[in-house]
Amino acid sequence: MAETPLVETPWQTVGPFFHYALPFEGGERLATGATPGTHIIVEGRLLDADGAAVPDGLIEIWQANAAGRYSHPEDSQDKPLDPDFDGFGRTPTDEEGWFRFYTVKPGAVPGRDNAPQAPHICISVMGRGILRRLVTRLYFADEAANAYDPVLGLVPEERRATLIAAPGGDGTTYRLDIRLQGDNETVFFDI
Amino acid sequence: MSQPPAYRREQPGSQPASHSPGYVSTIARSPRQPLVILPHTLSEITGPVYGHARIGPLDADLTRQHEGEPLGERIIVSGRVLDENGRPQPGTLVELWQANSAGRYIHVRDQHPAPLDPNFTGAGRTVTDENGVYRFVTIKPGAYPWRNHPNAWRPPHIHFSVFGPSFVTRLVTQMYFPGDPLLAFDPIYNSVADPKAAARMISQFDLATTVPDWALGYRFDIVLRGRDATPMEA
Ligand SMILES: [Fe+3]
Repeated sequence: MAETPLVETPWQTVGPFFHYALPFEGGERLATGATPGTHIIVEGRLLDADGAAVPDGLIEIWQANAAGRYSHPEDSQDKPLDPDFDGFGRTPTDEEGWFRFYTVKPGAVPGRDNAPQAPHICISVMGRGILRRLVTRLYFADEAANAYDPVLGLVPEERRATLIAAPGGDGTTYRLDIRLQGDNETVFFDI
Repeated sequence: MSQPPAYRREQPGSQPASHSPGYVSTIARSPRQPLVILPHTLSEITGPVYGHARIGPLDADLTRQHEGEPLGERIIVSGRVLDENGRPQPGTLVELWQANSAGRYIHVRDQHPAPLDPNFTGAGRTVTDENGVYRFVTIKPGAYPWRNHPNAWRPPHIHFSVFGPSFVTRLVTQMYFPGDPLLAFDPIYNSVADPKAAARMISQFDLATTVPDWALGYRFDIVLRGRDATPMEA
């Protein structure tokens, strides 16, 4: 790989005191009543090596709209854009480590070489004690397309379940806990 | 759909290790399994174009957000947001937060027995201009103690959060001040093992940024991941 003139600035932890600066009103609410698509809640707990709650985490999500299009100039797919849906969410975890987003189920977007990807949400995990962002993805248990998703295919089979959110009894709430370490440690990606 | 070029992979040694035991909180909060390398898809090369509408006129001046002026040494912190290819990143959101001049955050969980300043919140935001330049007016933050180890002190620092054009380019870092004797003892700064890489987090005093009779100036350029030359489909 050719040398670049500059090198990325190092990451540092957000520390414990970001709450008055980064979270914003409505950061956990990506969809309004008028947003087209299947309205869902995505929730889970952020847990440490001992299974203890991480109460000072910060979760950000990035996703396509229900049609499978990102609100971004480099997504030139011929699919409808929703001007009221930017696909970005940010929320701090609460005292029990919970995070919760109100959104719509994303449509499928193409992967490399236009191989289809299963619907998914990109997740950034930050917090005190997390020096650099941890990146993971959330997939939906009720999507048959998971079976041939090229990114899930990169993950050792016995660890894939850590990326797949199960629908709750009401069918609209998907839960995915994020385990930073230990039993069932979540798969994190090097992007 | 044809996709634009992917971003470069991370350059070796440029980033802290998640597991950096000198910073005790990392021990139970860092993964032990290897990261899975994810070749960039549309999901990674897009990212939030976010927050621009939410910026108010005083958000970049932390000394004018209250009735009176905060106590402390008034400073200007300015610089460019660039990518690794040296290209300026215009229109990118830069958010920042910091302790007051006594080393105290307004945050409810900050128990450091130093005074709060009623005229200082310590949070700001702005968007880079067409040359990738941002500029904040603030006060120099104080050092503060923390419980990581006996007699542990964080060197004065300003937390920065930057988006850039994609999910890949997201960056949260801390800006430090030149010549600070506490840097040598700080496990968070030293989590970046290569001293040359760590030094990229130190701002430079800059006389040209200084405003005579009013405020000292520091320059801090922020470098985000750059594009690779080869297209993704290759
Ligand atoms: Fe801090």
